[in-house]
Formats: sequence, C-alpha cells, structure tokens
Amino acid sequence: MNRQSNLYTIIYSTVLVLVVGVVLSVVYQALRPQQLENIANDTKRQILASARIAPENGESVAQLFDSHISERYIVNSKGEKIDGNTDPFKVNVAMEVKKPAEERMLPVFECTTDNGLKYIVPVYGAGLWGPIWGYVAFDDNGDTIYGAYFAHQGETPGLGAEIEKPTFSGQFDGKNIFSDNGEFTSVAVVKTGKEPAGRAWVHAVSGGTITSQGVQKMLFDSLEPYSAFFRELKNNTSDK
Amino acid sequence: MNINKSLLPLVNPLSKDNPVIVQVLGICSALAVTAKLEPAVVMTISVTAVLALANVIISLLRNTIPTSIRIIVQLVVVAALVVIVDQVLKAWNYEVSKALSVFIGLIITNCIIMGRLEAFAMSNRPWPSFLDGIGNGLGYGIILIIVGFFRELLGSGTLFGYQVIPQWCYDHGYQNNGMMILPPMALITVACIIWVHRSRNKDLQE
Repeated sequence: MNRQSNLYTIIYSTVLVLVVGVVLSVVYQALRPQQLENIANDTKRQILASARIAPENGESVAQLFDSHISERYIVNSKGEKIDGNTDPFKVNVAMEVKKPAEERMLPVFECTTDNGLKYIVPVYGAGLWGPIWGYVAFDDNGDTIYGAYFAHQGETPGLGAEIEKPTFSGQFDGKNIFSDNGEFTSVAVVKTGKEPAGRAWVHAVSGGTITSQGVQKMLFDSLEPYSAFFRELKNNTSDK
Repeated sequence: MNINKSLLPLVNPLSKDNPVIVQVLGICSALAVTAKLEPAVVMTISVTAVLALANVIISLLRNTIPTSIRIIVQLVVVAALVVIVDQVLKAWNYEVSKALSVFIGLIITNCIIMGRLEAFAMSNRPWPSFLDGIGNGLGYGIILIIVGFFRELLGSGTLFGYQVIPQWCYDHGYQNNGMMILPPMALITVACIIWVHRSRNKDLQE
C-alpha cells in the first residue's frame, strides 16, 4: 500500500489514536483507586495542618486523622446539625459556596488536640489566577482562630503564593471573628496603615493585593454561614 | 578516549553534544524545577524514561509513519507517555507530583524530546535510538542536578531537604541567599556551567 496516500494516512492516524486511547484508559483505571486515596490523604493533611498537627516522619496521615478527628458532621446556616448520608469529608466545598447560604451543607470537623477541642471548617474562594482554599480551626469558644491553613492552585510565586506560607497563615492565630459587641466581622486582610478599628485584621501579602483581598472575601463568605453555629458555641462556653 | 562506536549515542550527549549546555534546548524546564534537588532528580528520571521509550516506539514505527503527519504521530506518542508518567506519579509519589504539577505536562513541549525523535529516532534502529534517548535524558539530567545542587545548597542550605550547612554558620552571620531560589539564578548557574565546559573544550568555542 502506498504509504503517502491519503487513505493510508487516515487509517494510520485512526488506528494510532485508538491504540493510544485504549492504553491510556487502562492505565487510568488501574491507578485510579491509589490516586483517590492520595488525594484524600492530602485533604486530611491540610485539615490537620490547620489545627497545627503535622505527621512526623513515617506517620500515616490517615491514622493521624482518625485519631485526632473525633467527630464530623454537617450543619446548616441556622447552626443545626443535618442528618444525612453525606460524609462531611466528601462535601464538595467548591460547589457549596456557589449556593445561597441557607441551602449550603457546612462541614465541621471536631479535632482533639493537646490544647483542647478545636472546630475545623473549610473555606473556599478565588485568588488572582485560580481558586484558593483552606481550613480554619477554631477554639471551642467558637470565636478565636486556633490555626489556619491556606492553599492555592496557581497564584504568583513569591507574591500571591505566599498565602500558603506559615508567615502569612500564622498571623491568624488568636484572632476573633466576632467583634466585641457580638457582630460577625470575620478577619480583615489589610495593608500596613489601613488597619481597621473594631474588627480583627492581619497584614496582607505585599505585592499580592488581589490574592489578599481574595483571602479576606473567602473568609467572610465561607465563615458567615457558620456564624449561627459559632454563636451557639460562644454562648455555651460563656454560660459556664 | 576510545569508546566503542555503538555506544556513541549514549556517551556523546553527556558532554560534547549535551542538549542543555551545547544545543541550549530544554532551558525552560531547567530553571523551573531546579530550586530543589528532589524535583530535579524526578524530572530527570521522567524525561529520560519518556525520551527513551518515545525514541524506541518512533524508531519501531519509523518505516510505517506517513511523512505528512509524522510530527503529529510523534506528538501523540510523547503525549501518551507523558500522561502515563503523570498518572503513575500521582498514584505512587503524590508529593512530588504536586511539586512538579504543570511541569510534567510540559515535558511534551520539551524541545529535546521532539528534537531527538525527529533528528535521531526517525532514521535509526531501535537499539541506538534507545541509547540516544537514555544519553540525552541523562545529559539533560546532569545539568539539572548540578544546577539543583547549587541552588538548594546556597538558597536553602539543604540537600534533598536535609540541612547540610551547620547551625554555627548561621550563628556567625551566614545567611541563605534567597536569590538562588528565584528563576534568574538558574540561568546564571547554567551560564557558569557553559563557561567552564567551553573553556575545557576548545573545539566547541565559536
């Protein structure tokens, strides 16, 4: 057969693409379970990181997660626990933040640490180039941030990408999301010299203005639906 | 030096015909993945594996490939191999796969790979093509690892993540050079390697 003919070229490319397609789908199917486990472990690592727990060398994240996360559940914007079959761990936060606050499923992870019980909630928002997300751990007064972990998909290295560094996320430790008169204020991310009165703030990443604003908006939008839940925690602890 | 002629495709790219410092190909990834040694080593292994396999496959197919779509065929083969490498890394070494993220996908566009397929595998038998792939992969990798070594050592004071510069140096005022972590220093390091290499190989000087 003439190797330069159009028919040969078409048949050749069709066969090639079919063979490659089959090989790729076999590889994908074979490796999928292992990959999903890796992704789940990575999420667990991020959740634990917000409560300042990191696996030591050789420690399995899955075990660490099971030993520290004592309870997990989903609440609604009124702060009531929702009974359901959905695993809070599998709630797609990226999809939830697009819904109106009343309809959102809000996962909560209770984490036992050396410093007492912490409540970890996921946050999700937009940076400059793509999504940013994270986990925020709260003390059992439902007000004070115990630790925060942020990650991003593709923020500018050295600028917006600095939000994933402890130098940035560490600033959140000890900040309150309610103002003194009990109003939900979240935490502001501001430039030096623009520190607001009456609400908690941290310093923005210099050169990463849009990403920093993204973090501020992400925190406000993602934490606000939890405010009823946190308020309840707050009232419970102040009664004691 | 007297080297068996059949081994030339393997040995030449290591020095005299190095893809990075002589042909100046693949520079883009050389600055992207060399801030730390570990990603540099993984990138070396990935590129070598992809290049060797792609060379063999293209060499086996070389007499059947229609000339009019030969570049497309090469691309499809390389792209498939890269996707497989990406999937394998995601399954077996998730941390590294996250660190390399987009660069694995960019192996497809590494000019060394298309260059070797077009220049060597299309006109040589599978075994020499395999050696050529390994040789060029390693030749690329040597430079990556040298650059990664200096950038991690001077930029972070570590090698493979282990602290090698002792604490008393820091106590006496030594500081990591943050600039080594930034991409421009990769180019400058590569340039220094080229400088040393050219001054030792007079026949390469223009």
